[in-house]
Amino acid sequence: MASTAIRVLLAKVGLDGHDRGIKVVARTLRDAGMDVVYSGLHRTPEEVVIAAVQEDVDILGVSLLSGVQLTVFPKIFALLKEKNVNDLIVVAGGVMPDEDVVAIKKMGVALVMLQDTPPKEIIASLQQLVAERGPR
Amino acid sequence: MAAYVPSHELIEHIESGQTWAIARMITRAEAGATEAREAIGEIYRKAGRAHIIGITGVPGSGKSTLVNKLAEKLRQNGRTIAIVAIDPSSPYSGGSILGDRIRMADLVLDPGVFIRSMATRGAVGGMAHCALDVVDILDVAGFDTIIIETVGVGQDEVEIAHAAHTTVVVSAPGLGDEIQAIKAGILEIADIHVVSKCDRGDANRCLTDLKMMLKDGLGSSGIDHWHPPVIGISSYADEGFEALIEALAAHKDSSVNSQRREDIARFRLSKAAETLLLEEFRNFLDITASAQKLAARKGDPYSLALSLIEDFKNENT
Ligand SMILES: Nc1nc2c(ncn2[C@@H]2O[C@H](COP(=O)(O)OP(=O)(O)OP(=O)(O)O)[C@@H](O)[C@H]2O)c(=O)[nH]1
Ligand SMILES: [Mg+2]
Repeated sequence: MASTAIRVLLAKVGLDGHDRGIKVVARTLRDAGMDVVYSGLHRTPEEVVIAAVQEDVDILGVSLLSGVQLTVFPKIFALLKEKNVNDLIVVAGGVMPDEDVVAIKKMGVALVMLQDTPPKEIIASLQQLVAERGPR
Repeated sequence: MAAYVPSHELIEHIESGQTWAIARMITRAEAGATEAREAIGEIYRKAGRAHIIGITGVPGSGKSTLVNKLAEKLRQNGRTIAIVAIDPSSPYSGGSILGDRIRMADLVLDPGVFIRSMATRGAVGGMAHCALDVVDILDVAGFDTIIIETVGVGQDEVEIAHAAHTTVVVSAPGLGDEIQAIKAGILEIADIHVVSKCDRGDANRCLTDLKMMLKDGLGSSGIDHWHPPVIGISSYADEGFEALIEALAAHKDSSVNSQRREDIARFRLSKAAETLLLEEFRNFLDITASAQKLAARKGDPYSLALSLIEDFKNENT
């Protein structure tokens, strides 16, 4: 009977002030039955990690449009390690060159959603990642 | 991947204030995980130190913004704070968007503050029941003050009022909701009334209206010696918080006594019993045959339900 919704934290890191995309994703995930914590704009890696740990989300979704991915993700993974967190699924969203997608996946990002990824595919991939992780 | 840490092993890490352990235990309490039940019981026995404050009021009345400021002030007085922020689940998908955190951004980097967002849909048996397990976890983790922010509609807030030590009801100017608040019984549950957004011109009107209504007896909390004060607050202009903090302390001193603790215990006990009973009843229940009878008008809802309950009781003797 221990049935919970998948918990997701959506955070926007960097200096650009657009949050339309992330809000659309938030609604999509809510409509798929997930609990989506939305923490607003301009979060630093430190703030994002603290929130993700307190909220104990299954998935941390980091959205970036400003080309900071290669500095942000190493910081996030270092902080997670420091805080004893080893089962958080980290995904990225936004616009970035192919070589950066490869680079951040190497760092541990489980999934990169680019702007043309259809909602159904996002939902299915996230559900699959949580199922693969197993109970916690 | 990562190893599953059994709930009873989490307790010592919770007591030493490990954020990951506190957060994980909350997740299990929220899920109503059977595996966690014994550990949650142990946590209950260890808890009981914190001051538990419920904050409610209609959507948009400024609760989260106020909690952000209030927590900041309490931190300056050296208290540690945990916040449980509850937002509604979508009735269609069961999912939710939990946005209270946006207003609490100032608190995030402070290690003396812990914020957890929750959706109204949770464990079987209603919000309050599982939120209170969460409160116990935060209590045992050592937070001095625990603030629960609830959505100001429906039954849940009344339940929170049964369970918190001190209930603050927030009203705001310009929402035109006085009558609704009366209808929902929300004013009656207040130990402290706050009128928020007092930087606005129409706030005075709201303050006088509320005071009038209370004078007319529309908001008595039933405790003779405590008269709920009405406090004007502006989170933007940083006004009224000293008065609120004083009122919170005064209420705690005068009303959080053994009688109040017994009332809360009574509420929790019946909630817990309801939850377990309902769960067992649902597991036992196969209503198909009765439903078919009912659909064919070969029986009526009450007698068919009664005979289901009879069967259930016989099964359990
Ligand atoms: N003028 C003024 N506006 C305020 C004040 N505090 C909050 N607000 C505004 O009121 C709106 C709602 O604030 P929140 O703090 O999110 O209100 P809430 O009661 O937590 O809302 P829900 O959680 O959605 O029910 C926001 O637009 C705030 O900017 C204040 O002190 N003065
Ligand atoms: Mg709020």
